[in-house]
Amino acid sequence: MANTAIGGRPAGGALPVRRLLAPSSRGAALTFFVLRRVLWMVPVLFFVILITFLLMHLAPGSPWDRAGGRQLSATIVQNLNVRYGLDKPIWQQFLLYLWNVSHFDFGLSYQYQGRSVGSLLVNAWPYTATLGVLAFSLIVVAGVGLGVIAALRQNSRVDYVAMGFSTFGASVPNFVVGMLFIIVFGVFMYKLTGGAYSLPVSGFGLDDHLIMPVVTLALLPTAFIARLTRASTLDILRQDYVRTAWAKGLTERLVVLKHILKNSLIPVVTALGPTFAFLVTGSVIVETVFVIPGIGSSFVTAVLSRDYPMILATTILFSIVVAVANLVVDVLYVFIDPRVRLT
Amino acid sequence: MALPIPAAPVEEVDWDVPEQVGLWTDVWRRFRRNRLAVAGAVVVVILLADALLAGLLQQIGLIQDPIKQHVEITLAGPSAQHLLGTDYLGRDTLSRLMYGARISLTIGILVQAIYVVIGGTIGMIAGYAGGRVDNLLMRFTDIWYAFPDLLFVLVLVSVFGPSLLSIFAAIGIVNWVNLARLVRGQVLSIKEKEYVESARAVGSSHFKIVLRHLVPNALGPVIVTLTFGIPAAIFLEAALSYLGVGIQPPTPSWGVMIQDGYQAIYASPWQVTFPAFAIAITMLSFSFIGDGLRDALDPRMRQ
Repeated sequence: MANTAIGGRPAGGALPVRRLLAPSSRGAALTFFVLRRVLWMVPVLFFVILITFLLMHLAPGSPWDRAGGRQLSATIVQNLNVRYGLDKPIWQQFLLYLWNVSHFDFGLSYQYQGRSVGSLLVNAWPYTATLGVLAFSLIVVAGVGLGVIAALRQNSRVDYVAMGFSTFGASVPNFVVGMLFIIVFGVFMYKLTGGAYSLPVSGFGLDDHLIMPVVTLALLPTAFIARLTRASTLDILRQDYVRTAWAKGLTERLVVLKHILKNSLIPVVTALGPTFAFLVTGSVIVETVFVIPGIGSSFVTAVLSRDYPMILATTILFSIVVAVANLVVDVLYVFIDPRVRLT
Repeated sequence: MALPIPAAPVEEVDWDVPEQVGLWTDVWRRFRRNRLAVAGAVVVVILLADALLAGLLQQIGLIQDPIKQHVEITLAGPSAQHLLGTDYLGRDTLSRLMYGARISLTIGILVQAIYVVIGGTIGMIAGYAGGRVDNLLMRFTDIWYAFPDLLFVLVLVSVFGPSLLSIFAAIGIVNWVNLARLVRGQVLSIKEKEYVESARAVGSSHFKIVLRHLVPNALGPVIVTLTFGIPAAIFLEAALSYLGVGIQPPTPSWGVMIQDGYQAIYASPWQVTFPAFAIAITMLSFSFIGDGLRDALDPRMRQ
């Protein structure tokens, strides 16, 4: 109010109007940006399908190599090829597949005979996604928290513990960690307490079955995110404006949240995008170790047994999740650092 | 009328300005002063020497044959004869660990070089150029990220054969995407900062802005990504061996040793512990070196 009076402008003049317009035009720019990126997913998907199609057919071996556990006769292979449309020229198979996919028909699985890929995925994905979302939440909270604390108390005991933990998380692979958990919390605890306290080692329900797989799945990404947050927070701590913020006598909470964390999150958010995509589409290792009927394990068996429709469908699912996650990351950049421009 | 200007007492001026040294001399000087970084560098040199000299050490009898099987003492714990015990075929773990450094260090380190060259360049161009270039490059990385890398590796290795070269080419070519996105995100934010703007205002070339401002300021997260990339590449190599398209047995590598040890984790937890420890030491040394390098390159800490 006072400002407009000094400038001699009538109330409701040029300045306030521009202020009213600014957020909505930024909102419009954002909407436009998101729409354009969603449209871009069509060519991205096309190329992903094309490349996967080519790789599948270039890779040595055929879907029928292991079928039935023995070598099939040439006639049977011929019949199977006709049955699944593999006798046609590859470009015809490709176009037919595109046509079917655009009608949400993902074809029949080769390895699970008589079942459609669509129904397999719809049944299995909820398990994988539950696991992935829980692990992701753990990663965000524990990873960012540990990283910020370690950076703020650089070279303290807390920092060394966080650093040691993240080194352990990265240099011991998932399957070993999972097995260690099973031995300690499943078997050892069971024996120790006479069966009173232990965690279930197999089977899958939405209760304490989830604890060990989620922690196992989250360990490596948490370690990575913690180190990434620590490194980028250390970079920010040395900036002049952080020194100024401390010098102004702001509270630690305010300096950390507004001046440090907001600026150090760009690389963290970048890394979290693909991590999310990876987690909700399944980790083969964790699903295998803990016997979880998710899509992660079926994807690897699909690749190994050349179950073409299954490979393509999981790849399409993954690429959509990746594209959306990266889009969310790009939008978040603008909120974290308003100087970043949407292009 | 001119005022008499007193002659400046030249002798009394404090000439104690710091000695002018070049950027890299200064970087090296500051790097040497960082004890953790030097310790990391020493460990890496020892590991590399071990990888190079493993054959010699075996010839002079310090370590045993890494592929000779002693079937009477499989999965033994540490003993005088086998300092770190034996694996499931009775092979000497110490010797396999030392020979394993050859493949695991080569894969772990060289793959990072591929990441930097491909991922760093693409991320830098996309972030710095922005606009259409950024969009096209990032959609390209979306595609690259999405198609199944396992298939890609299978195709590559089946075409070129399971040699060390094709394995690390496969791992490197598949996984540069994360670094590209990370660098691009950093650059998008850094290039709008005041100091880059002033550099542009005084007419610095793009090349100089990238080298002097963007690279040093984006370095921290990049170093973390690369140090985490080392164990990841070592494990990927092992996964490929497991599928039969990696280094063929009985050649030892740390990743394969972990997988072999995992099969017998109940009988002898040692066999997982030692290679995991070697990988942890390697990774820790490189992250110390990386942190030291970043501090040494930080212009705000220049002397």
